[in-house]
Formats: sequence, structure tokens, C-alpha cells
Amino acid sequence: MATNRHEELGLSNEQVLEMYKTMLLARKLDERMWLLNRAGKIPFVISCQGQEAAQVGAAFALNRMEDYVAPYYRDMGVVLAFGMTAKELMLSAFAKAEDPNSGGRQMPSHFGQKKNRILTGSSPVTTQVPHAVGVALAAKMENKKIVSFVTLGEGSSNQGDFHEGLNFAGVHKLPVITMVENNKYAISVPSEKQLGNEKVSDRALGYGMPGYTVDGNDPLEVYKVVKEARERALKGEGATLVEAVSYRLTAHSSDDDDRAYRDKEEVDEAKKLDSIFTFAFYLKELGILTEEIEIEITNEIVAIVNEATDYAENAPYALPEDALKYVYEE
Amino acid sequence: MPVMSYIQAVTTALREEMQRDEKVFILGEDVGKKGGVFKATEGLYDQFGEYRVLDTPLAESAIAGVGIGAAMYGMRPVAEMQFADFIMPAVNQIISEAARIRYRSNNDWNCPIVIRAPYGGGVHGALYHSQSVEALFANQPGLKIVMPSTPYDVKGLLKAAIRDNDPVLFFEHKRAYRLLKGEVPEEDYVLPIGKADVKREGSDITIITYGLCVHFALQAAEKLAEVGIEAHILDLRTVYPLDKEAIIEAAKKTGKVLLVTEDNKEGSIIGEVAAIIAENCLFDLDAPVMRLAGPDIPSMPYAPTMEKFFMMNPDKIEKAMRELAEF
Repeated sequence: MATNRHEELGLSNEQVLEMYKTMLLARKLDERMWLLNRAGKIPFVISCQGQEAAQVGAAFALNRMEDYVAPYYRDMGVVLAFGMTAKELMLSAFAKAEDPNSGGRQMPSHFGQKKNRILTGSSPVTTQVPHAVGVALAAKMENKKIVSFVTLGEGSSNQGDFHEGLNFAGVHKLPVITMVENNKYAISVPSEKQLGNEKVSDRALGYGMPGYTVDGNDPLEVYKVVKEARERALKGEGATLVEAVSYRLTAHSSDDDDRAYRDKEEVDEAKKLDSIFTFAFYLKELGILTEEIEIEITNEIVAIVNEATDYAENAPYALPEDALKYVYEE
Repeated sequence: MPVMSYIQAVTTALREEMQRDEKVFILGEDVGKKGGVFKATEGLYDQFGEYRVLDTPLAESAIAGVGIGAAMYGMRPVAEMQFADFIMPAVNQIISEAARIRYRSNNDWNCPIVIRAPYGGGVHGALYHSQSVEALFANQPGLKIVMPSTPYDVKGLLKAAIRDNDPVLFFEHKRAYRLLKGEVPEEDYVLPIGKADVKREGSDITIITYGLCVHFALQAAEKLAEVGIEAHILDLRTVYPLDKEAIIEAAKKTGKVLLVTEDNKEGSIIGEVAAIIAENCLFDLDAPVMRLAGPDIPSMPYAPTMEKFFMMNPDKIEKAMRELAEF
């Protein structure tokens, strides 16, 4: 019998169930996108699979009505938690005009939605780190009680913008939380060939901020560390670096074949720790996720994914000449 | 009307905009207590405080990137690159991010940042304190590049850049900072970004240029006027996107066009100006379009002999103008 770990974090049964639902929705949307890709209906997928716990655990620890997020391309869990809908994500997957991220201009998973304070992102990795620091700087200048939250992969923690951004945040004690989602691989290169030190969080010392490495398969552990980071930030104690360690359960993208560089056994081993199952197990053990609720949730999510897919597939593309719009203010 | 130097016009525009809108703030290296290595932000730290005139760590990509983040949030950052030559680490932030934020978000987000940088040579700055970098950014839709030539234009265009809702690169010629003085109205005014300006009326030859070279061209034109050759001088002011109408009009006016830049010749701004003229003015031309530019070597050398060889000056322009007039 599992012990209740969420109560002491101030999370109700309803809230942990909501976390689970968000994780599961991200997973099911992602799985559907792979099917659509393999069926030739969408050109590209890049997955959140294996990282949902870290994404949703962190997002639930933030103020989802006021804080800003600068997600990276795997963060479907973060953007769902911040208010982007399944339909909107599918519109992006199908590159349709109504896609709020980019109107079909960017590849899928290049998130951005101003009304939900999701900063627009690009493909060159890590450029979003200084942006989140800039938001935190502005918040500090305006005495707003908010934080900015930025994510990236462990490979990206080698980029100059990671160092420059975190050092800037450290110097000015800015309310920014950086979460490195260490999924062990930067495309094909394993983390031991990316990182000169064992843990990404060790780098925090160099920026004058605390750094924590947590189990990225445990949404409650991630929730706890991000919640505490947010409290410190609001007290004026500055930035925090979090490293959430999990595993990339899919290939890098729909254009990658991971069998070329990692063993099936390794992936199978990681699947045993898949948070979608381990968190469900925890909730079942505590009697929160009953069989009845599980069926209800599953049916609900299948319906949402189906509806989003149908809607997006049938939605119109942008007109060709719409490509000319919005280079500058119009 | 008060007379002020080019750099005083920069400081004045910054001060007035910071007074007008509390969302305007400055960030960069040495911009705070020191007031900038050229003193462009002198006095602003004392007037507006640490956070509105922010000394940043020595890291250009962060200066641009943090500014971009603050701009997306709704601030009006004016980031300073200490020298245009040092903008290179920030190129990814400027081109991949600032220039594309409105476009890639389908008009959801925008990025009202100004990035100021002193450019240009003739100051014993050698390879890495003399460069003209505008051509590197001048094929990036989403960016605007402003390069004023007079204190009056500096004030009006810098204010316009700060109020613009899109990213603007604002390149100031560092030799012009104290060399050029001119009348600048005390009142608030803005000049339109994207509009060239006729700096001298003439009917014999047309010179199209920008930045400090406008000043050199005006000096050369006065000499030629003594022998009866009247030059028409168009100051581009915004080098990207170009004011095509004004370029075509200026070229057609005399049919003889000299294009001048301090930058290396191949791939420079004036190549694009020449293309616009070629596309639109073939039957109005009385001579081939002539280009006068720096040599195609990596950058301006330090030794005075070689620096002078590279650097544009009124004599070089006058010589080219005579050649063109006699064609």
C-alpha cells in the first residue's frame, strides 16, 4: 500500500487526479500524432513521451493564471496545463490556419500563445532561456508577484544562452525557474557524452543559485521542488535550476530511428518507470483512481483526442498569400 | 534652436523617451555608472536608477535575449552593443528570435526592442572596432535597420525606433559622435523609419549613401559646386527595408548615380540599391551605376596608412563624382 505523499504537499485528491489526466492527455495526443504521421497525414512529430510527469508536475506548481512559461519543443504537458487545448495542438500538428501557436507557419511543438503567457519558441535550442530571464527582469522591475519558467533538454544546457541567461538571472536574483528535462539523449548522443559533470544541476553553483536533481518520472517530486523554487523566487531570493531526470521513450522525432544508437533492452527497461503507469499505480493504491474513474477518464480523453483530430483535419489551411502577412506590424 | 553633437542627440532621445514612458529601459555593458564607453548614456543612471539603466554581465547574446524577453512581456528595452563588431554572439537572438517573433507567432507576439550599436571606422579601431555590420542583417525581413547621418535625424529616428512595435537595429557612426554637430529642436518629434531623405538638391549627378558618408558626400558636393556640378544627395537613413520610391526618384532625377558606403563593396547595402535602380531606371540612366566602397578585405587595419586606404573620405567621393559627371 502506497503512502499518501501529495497531501503534505498541499495537493488535494482532485488536484492529483487532474495532474494525471493532463499527463494522460499529453500521452494520448502524442500517440495519436505518431499514428497520423505514420498514416501520412501529418509531416512531423516530436514527442513528450516519458517527460509528462516532469512537465505536468512543474506546471501545477506554478500560478497557471499569471506566471509565464518558455517551453521547449517536448513540453506538451506544460502547455496543456497552461491552457492550450487538445484541439489547438492538433491544429498545429496539421499546420492549419487556426493554430494559435503560429497559424501553420512553424513545425508542430513550436509553442506560443500569448493569452496563456506561453512565449513563442523557435528551433535553435536554448534561445528561450534569456527570454525567460527577460520576463523575470521585467516582473522584478514592475514589482509583479510572478515567476517565469523555462525548460530545455540536457544537451541544450551546453549552449551559450544557457550559461549567459542563468548567470544574468543569478547576478540580478531574478524570479526565473529553469528546468532541464534530462531525457538522457540529445538526438543520438547520450548524456555522458554531453555533460562534463555528472549532473546538470551542479552547474547551478557557477551561477549563484541552488540546483536540484529530481526524479522526472515522479510528478510529486518535481511539483515539490518547483513549488519551493517559486516561493523562494517570490521572496526575492532569486532563480533556481532544476534537473528532472527521466527518459525519452520515443525516437527523437518522427524522422529519427533510435535503433541505430540505443538498445531495445534499454528502452524496455525505461518503460518500467514510465510515469503514466507508475503515477496511475500510486493513485490506484490510494483508492483515488478507481476502476470507474479510470474508465471515465480514458473515455473522456479518447473523445477529446478524436474530436481534436477530426476538427483539425477538416480545418482549412492558411491561404497561400497569407505567407506575406505579419512580417511587421500591420 | 540648440546645436548639439550626434552623441548628445542620442542621449537626449534616450532621456526624453525614458521620461515619456516608464517601460523604456536601457541594458548593456558599462551603460550604467560609467554612462557607456562613448558616454551615450551619460547621466541616465543617476536620473533613472540602476534598473532602468542596467549594467549587464559581459555577454552579448544575453543582452539581446534578455531584452527580447522583456520586450515580449511588454517593456521597451533599448539594448546597447558596445561596438557593432561585438554583435556577433547575439546574431542568433537577433535573427532567429527578434526578427521572427511576430511572423512565427502569426501576429500573436511582438518584440519592440531597439538594439543600438556604434559602427564604423576612422578612429584607429582596427579590425574589431571599425566594422560596418549592416549588410549582415539586411536580408532579414522582420528587422529594421536605421543608420542616421545627422543629430537631427538621430533624435527623431531613435525616438521612432523606441516607439516602433518591431525590432530595430540602430547603428550610430562612432566617428560621427563628436565630429558632427547640428541643430536639434527641443520639442518632441519623430521621423519616419523606412523613409530616405534628400540632403542636398542638385541636377547633375545623384549620390545615394547613408551614415557618416552623407557628411563626406555633402563636403565633396560643395567643392564640385564651385566648378558648376550640382550633386543631388539622398540619405537612405533606413538601410533595411529600403525606401525604393525615393531611390528610384533620386536616380531618375539626374540619370547619373554614385552609390557610396564605408562597408566592403561586395554584398553591401549599395548592391541592393543598384539592383533597384537596374530594375526600375534602365531607360533613365545616362551612365552606368557607379559604386564607391571599402575594399573587399576582412576589415579596416590599424596602421594609419592602411586605415586611411580603407576609410571613405570626401576626396575619394569627390574624385568619383567628377568621373561620373564627366561620363
